[in-house]
Amino acid sequence: MSILIDKNTRVVTQGITGKTGMFHTQTSRAYAGGKQAFVAGVNPKKAGESFEGIPIFANVFAASAIWEAVEADLDLVICITEGIPVRDLIEVRDRMRKKKSRTLLVGPNCPGVITPGVIKIGIMPGHIHKPGRVGVVSRSGTLTYEAVGQLTELGIGQSSAVGIGGDPVNGMKHLDVMKLFNEDPQTDAVIMIGEIGGSDEEDAARWVKANMKKPVVGFIAGVTAPPGKRMGHAGAIISGGKGTAQEKLAVMEACGIKVTRNPAEMGRLLKSVLK
Amino acid sequence: MKIHEYQGKEIFRKFGLPTPRGIACFSVEEAVEAAKKLGGAVWVVKAQIHAGGRGKGGGVKLARSLDEVRDLSKKILGMNLITHQTGPQGQKVRRLLIEEGADIARELYIGMVVDRGTQRVVLMASSEGGMDIEAVAANTPEKIHKVFVDPASGLKDDEARGVAKKIGIPDSALPEAAELLQNLYKCFWEMDASLAEINPLILSKANKVVALDSKLNFDDNALFRHPDVVAMRDLDEEDPLEIEASKYDLNYISLDGNIGCMVNGAGLAMATMDTVKLFGGSPANFLDVGGGATAEKVTAAFKIMLSNPKVKAILVNIFGGIMKCDTIAAGVVAAAREVKLSVPLVVRMKGTNEDLGKKILKDSGLPIISADNMGQAGQKAVASIAAKRKPPIKAKARPAKKKGRPAKKARPAPKKKAANRKKK
Repeated sequence: MSILIDKNTRVVTQGITGKTGMFHTQTSRAYAGGKQAFVAGVNPKKAGESFEGIPIFANVFAASAIWEAVEADLDLVICITEGIPVRDLIEVRDRMRKKKSRTLLVGPNCPGVITPGVIKIGIMPGHIHKPGRVGVVSRSGTLTYEAVGQLTELGIGQSSAVGIGGDPVNGMKHLDVMKLFNEDPQTDAVIMIGEIGGSDEEDAARWVKANMKKPVVGFIAGVTAPPGKRMGHAGAIISGGKGTAQEKLAVMEACGIKVTRNPAEMGRLLKSVLK
Repeated sequence: MKIHEYQGKEIFRKFGLPTPRGIACFSVEEAVEAAKKLGGAVWVVKAQIHAGGRGKGGGVKLARSLDEVRDLSKKILGMNLITHQTGPQGQKVRRLLIEEGADIARELYIGMVVDRGTQRVVLMASSEGGMDIEAVAANTPEKIHKVFVDPASGLKDDEARGVAKKIGIPDSALPEAAELLQNLYKCFWEMDASLAEINPLILSKANKVVALDSKLNFDDNALFRHPDVVAMRDLDEEDPLEIEASKYDLNYISLDGNIGCMVNGAGLAMATMDTVKLFGGSPANFLDVGGGATAEKVTAAFKIMLSNPKVKAILVNIFGGIMKCDTIAAGVVAAAREVKLSVPLVVRMKGTNEDLGKKILKDSGLPIISADNMGQAGQKAVASIAAKRKPPIKAKARPAKKKGRPAKKARPAPKKKAANRKKK
C-alpha cells in the first residue's frame, strides 16, 4: 500500500502550537484517516497541555527537532520547514550517517508526503489528489501539485506523492524515492520532477536505467534560468556550468526516461506510457 | 549574499590567513594616501565589485609610483567594468582596494563549496592558480585535488598537508600552507559560507603562502547569526528591483525578456518561465510570491514587475493549495486597478477556490485574458504581445477606451531605468 506512509502511520507534529503547525495539522487531520494518525505534538513551552485532544511534549527547532526524532529511532521525519542553514543540515545528516540511523528524512523545505485517500502529512491541498497507481516525486511543491492536478484531471490516481524539498542538502533524494516506488506493488509508473542545480536527477536516471521495472517520465524546471542566479530554492542554482536543465534532460532521455519540455504535458506524457 | 574582496580579506585575517596589507578607498585622494601609508615602491590598484574576472576586464593594475596610483585610481574609480560575470552592461566601480605589491613565485588555486552528493564541504586545490578554474576543471580535471571534509573533525592535519603537497608547495612551506587551509575551512564553517575561494593563493619568492585574492559568499538562511556579515552588504552591487522585492519577502530576479511572470512556488515559477520560452517568448523575471501571499504582496509584486520598462505583458500562474485562488484574484484585480495596468494580463488559476477566483476576475470588468492550463497561459501571453504589435484588427475584443491609456502611466520612474539594465 503506497510508499513511506499509510493508514497505520502515527505522526508527531513538531511546533504544533504555532500558527502554521496548527493549521497544517488541522488540515492533515481532516484528510481521510488523519484523525487517528496525528497522535502527539511538540512545543518546548507548552509541554503537558493539549491541542484538540493531542498531547503536547517538550522541545525544539528544526535541525535539532530532526535529530531528536532520529535519536528516538522514528521511521520517518518529514520536515516542511524552509530556511534552515545548510551547515545545520550537514551536521544532522553526518550524524545520521555515522549512527547508521534507520530513520528516513523527507525535506526540509518540502510540501510533505501524501498517500491519496489514506493519509496526508504535509501542506499540499488534499482535494486535488485521487487514489491510484502513479508515483510522483519532486523537489518543488507547487510543481508537484501541478503534476498531481494534471493526473487527476485525466482520471489517473496517485499511489503516493513525495516532495523531497529544494535545499542543497536534504534527506531522501529522487533516487531513494524511486527505489521505494520500484518495490511498491501499488505503483505502476512514476513522474519524476526535477530542477536546475546539483546532479540528483542524473543519479536517479542512471539508477532507473539499470534497475527500474516501471516506466518513468520526467520534467526539469529551469531551462531559462541564467547561471549563477539562485532561483528561489537554495539548491536551484547553476554553478560552474553544472546542473543545467539541458544536461539533466539529456541524461534522463539517454537513460530511457521520457521527458517533456512542456510542464503542462506531464500528465499526458505519463498516460502515454501506462499499459 | 556576496561581499567585496577587501571585506573577505578582513574576515580572512580574523581567521589567521596571511593576506597582503591593503586599504579600502572610496576616492582618488584616499587611494594616494593609502599608498603612502602602506609604503614600498609597488602597489596594486584593485576595483572592488562583486563580479569576478576583474583583472581581465582592466580593473586590476600595478602602480610603480604615487603618480601612477593617482592616475590608475582616477581611471578605475567610476569606470564601468565589464567582465564575463557582469554581463555586457558592466558594473560601476565605486570602491578600490590599494594593496602592497606581492613578490610572486607561483600562483595556486584554493576553493571550498558544499558538495551536495556527499553532503560535506569539499576543498578543491590546484597548482593552476590565477586562471579560469572552470577551464582547468573541464580540460585537466586531474589537476584539481579534492578533500571531502568530515564535519565532525574538520579539515585534518594530514589531509591539509597532503593537498598542499599535491599542488606543489615545497616542504619548507608545508606547515604554514596546511595551517592556511585549515583556517580557511574554519572560516567557511563558522561563517556559514556557501563559497570560499582564493585565486590566486601565491607562493612568494621567500616561500611564504599569501591569499592574494578573496571571494566569500554566504548562506542566506544563516545570515541571522552573522550580523557582522549583514553589515557588509553593499546595495550598490544589487539589482534595485531585487532589493525592493526582498522588502516584501518576494523572491524576484530580473531577466532579459518582456513577459513578466508572477507565480507561487519556485519550481512552478521556473516552469512557467520555461513555458513562455517554449512558445517563443522571453520571460522578464523570475517571481515567486511564496505560499502566503496577501493582496498587498500581490500589488507590490505587480508594481515591481511593471517598473521594468521591458515588460510588455504579464502572466500570472497560481496553483492554489493552501493559498486560495480568490485571495489571489482579489489581489490581482486590486493591483491591476491601482497601477492602471496597460499591458495585457494573462491569468491561469488552479486549485483551492478556483471558481471563486475566476468569478472575481470576470466580474472585475478588467480585460484579463484567462487560460485553462499553464501551456495555454504561456501561449496566450506570447500571442498577446504579437497582437499588440499589429493593433487594427486583433484589438477588436478589447474595449476601445483601452487605447486611450498610454503606457506612460505604468512605466517606471526615470531613475530606475538605468538600474534595470544593470544586470542580466
